[in-house]
Amino acid sequence: MTDTPLLKLTGIVKQFPGCLANDHVDLTVMPGEIHALLGENGAGKSTLVKIIYGVLRPDEGEILWQGEAVSIANPNHARKLGIGMVFQHFSLFEALTVAENIALGLSDPKDREGLRERIVEISTNYGLPLDPDRAVHDLSVGERQRIEIVRCLLQSPKLLIMDEPTSVLTPQEVEKLFETLRRLASEGCSILYISHKLEEIRALCEKATIMRLGRVVAHCDPRESSAKQLAELMIGMELKPPSAMRAGAVDGPPRLEVSRLTLVSDDQFGTSLREISFSVRGGEILGIGGIAGNGQTELMDALSGEVYSGKPQTILIDGVPAGHMGPSQRRTIGASFVPEERNGHGAVSAMTLSENAFLSGHIRHSLARLGLIDHGKTTEFAQEVIRVFDVRTVGPKAEARALSGGNLQKFVIGREVLQKPKVLVVSQPTWGVDAGAAAAIHQAIIELANEGAAVVLISQDLDEIFTLCDNIAVIAGGRLSAPKAVSATSVSEIGILMGGISDPVGDSHAA
Amino acid sequence: MQLKLEPRGFQSKFWSYASPVLAIALTIATMAVIFLVLGKDPVISLYTFLIEPLVAENGATELLVKASPLILMGVGISLAYRANVWDIGAEGEFTIGALFGGGIGLAFPDLPFSLLFPLMLIAGMIGGMLWAMLVALLRTQFNANEILTSLMLTYIAQLILIYMVTGPWRDPQGFGFPQTAMFSANATNPTIIEGTRLHLGIFFALAAAAAGWLLLTRSLLGFQLRVQGFAPRAARFAGFKETRLVWTALALTGGLAGIAGTLEVSGPIGQLTPQISPGYGYTAIIVAFLGRLHPIGVVFAALLLGLSYLGGEAAQIELALPSAVTGIFQGVLLFYLLGCDTLILYRLRLRSSRPAALRA
Repeated sequence: MTDTPLLKLTGIVKQFPGCLANDHVDLTVMPGEIHALLGENGAGKSTLVKIIYGVLRPDEGEILWQGEAVSIANPNHARKLGIGMVFQHFSLFEALTVAENIALGLSDPKDREGLRERIVEISTNYGLPLDPDRAVHDLSVGERQRIEIVRCLLQSPKLLIMDEPTSVLTPQEVEKLFETLRRLASEGCSILYISHKLEEIRALCEKATIMRLGRVVAHCDPRESSAKQLAELMIGMELKPPSAMRAGAVDGPPRLEVSRLTLVSDDQFGTSLREISFSVRGGEILGIGGIAGNGQTELMDALSGEVYSGKPQTILIDGVPAGHMGPSQRRTIGASFVPEERNGHGAVSAMTLSENAFLSGHIRHSLARLGLIDHGKTTEFAQEVIRVFDVRTVGPKAEARALSGGNLQKFVIGREVLQKPKVLVVSQPTWGVDAGAAAAIHQAIIELANEGAAVVLISQDLDEIFTLCDNIAVIAGGRLSAPKAVSATSVSEIGILMGGISDPVGDSHAA
Repeated sequence: MQLKLEPRGFQSKFWSYASPVLAIALTIATMAVIFLVLGKDPVISLYTFLIEPLVAENGATELLVKASPLILMGVGISLAYRANVWDIGAEGEFTIGALFGGGIGLAFPDLPFSLLFPLMLIAGMIGGMLWAMLVALLRTQFNANEILTSLMLTYIAQLILIYMVTGPWRDPQGFGFPQTAMFSANATNPTIIEGTRLHLGIFFALAAAAAGWLLLTRSLLGFQLRVQGFAPRAARFAGFKETRLVWTALALTGGLAGIAGTLEVSGPIGQLTPQISPGYGYTAIIVAFLGRLHPIGVVFAALLLGLSYLGGEAAQIELALPSAVTGIFQGVLLFYLLGCDTLILYRLRLRSSRPAALRA
């Protein structure tokens, strides 16, 4: 190791309309170092790495690469310097093979010679098993990520940037990834690891730069800090344990019963649901874990009625056969839903909060009469949601897009919870939400269950499931494992289920 | 230095209203240049084109005559466009509406007015709706793009009209001209001011604008159309059925266009001929956009575009310019409007052409 930093950023400023994404950010990465970039969503991490990778230009500031000032013009230039990046969202063509996808990313056609052999070589060297001839749409998300990593490694990078790489992996896959990254670091490749998962960072990284609201707030050694300390640096306030606790035993009547729900997905690359059965009692929170893309979206659509789920008896809401009903009818008989995506699904960005309150609230709150909207009642309802859920906004007339992610999510959750549903299905309720809002959302879900509602919580965040839920099931490859009491299972057991029963297309015999 | 478009990250309220005003100003300036290039005095030409038609005898009522069909169709188009249903075939729905309504008028000339005229309007509305619903059928059943199908159906409608007036419905006493007999007095859309051509159409147009406004801002259906346009997934989440909304939006556009067609042939024209519309159905698209897809805005936009028809006639008579001036005005206006609308989402910035300053 030398004393010259591999990468040194000083005073980086990047202004977006209405938001100062990076405010005089400094960052130093030494050769062979695994460096964590830690911060909540919206702290400016992604902007900073996009500047390093040449996707964005800084408004101000200096970039030193191996001691020399550089202006990184574009990602191609960054790759030439030796910077590789694995994005959170992959850019792969589903219909092409692994080798074809990698070949498409190479700028120099000469590099394509002997590509297959080199893919095999690198993937075996670094413990990233990949078959170059398989089509991408057959691969799991973990395998797709390997393609992106191998694509970077082919260029022998000096710095590898990983943006939230573990959000799509099982705990076991995470372990394997860490082995690969440690191996790379030992060979002198620096790694800039972006995450908001504290335990991972403490396990992997030797240095951390913590960002909040566009500024660097601390540099530290994560191995010597506790997760609580890191979290408090990250959110800038003290963490309080949730004040609402679960009421005792769950013994209410079953309020949501799903039996043998099978749905063939319309989408070529969607996941078909196969024989899903479960039942949730009043007062119970059932967590459904799983890696993204294993049927969560399809299950949410089937439960909400956006996609018809076949025979009426397939889904019973509070004892009423509802499989043939659309979302409005299901709301009438007592169900409420919070889809994963706020913008454009759970809420309309271009409409006001009042209008968004009306969107799903008009049925249970009778906000329309004779086909006309009751504006007074609608505004009142929106105001109630804003007040009870402490939504930071100028009022019901504010457009949804003017709210931060956390505030809008609080509004969406509040809108559903205040409808006093007997059944609530929520998907990824705290995705991309700040810690304060997440705590408020968790509390609302717990209170609703304590009042006797049946809650289904679909989430990729195992911590969330283990904290909130009574029972847990895992969805993989469109199948749901049998629910188990949270107290009777462990993260590693769930991890195996998350990866275990996902099987290649066409295998319909496995149970 | 260079001009750069920078995303605002939100919709500018100011520019959504200022954009049409700026577009109109730019259009007038461009028209002045065009007149100049054509060798005419731009001031006199603009006066002839934009002012004279208004101050002429019966200018105001003539303007309302032109604006009525534009308002009726502009309101329908606005509602459909709000739901992302891009029906550009109002011209065809207008034509079929005129055939249906006019057909009833020709078939039962002796029925009393109070029975016959409402029947004609209902028939016209049904005709326009049926034509638009073909588009709905193709989109909801076969996923066919409504922009293409509605445009193609317009040509078919035009050919049906020509066939009818040259064949089965041709006036036997018409010296072989391709036109039907004149409508009977009972089948005629009455004028409301003696000595002008102003007919009942303006009442229907204003009623449609008021109803459209109520529908859009106060009704559940209007809300559904808007959500469908903004975020189709949110519409599904709320339980609004997309196919039903597509059918409804097209039925509304078609019905209003059909009524406009009937009012036009039974009023100012008085018979069916191959030329029953100077492109009202297409102009109504510009009206809808210029009026911000808002029924009240549509009324004002229709007055301006209606003026372009009168101005075109005046320019033809007094300046010896081709009537294509009308089309040029409308085209230039749409061009500038689409350009200016960029400012709703983007702001213009002057920028040094050097890349972002990096202190070395």
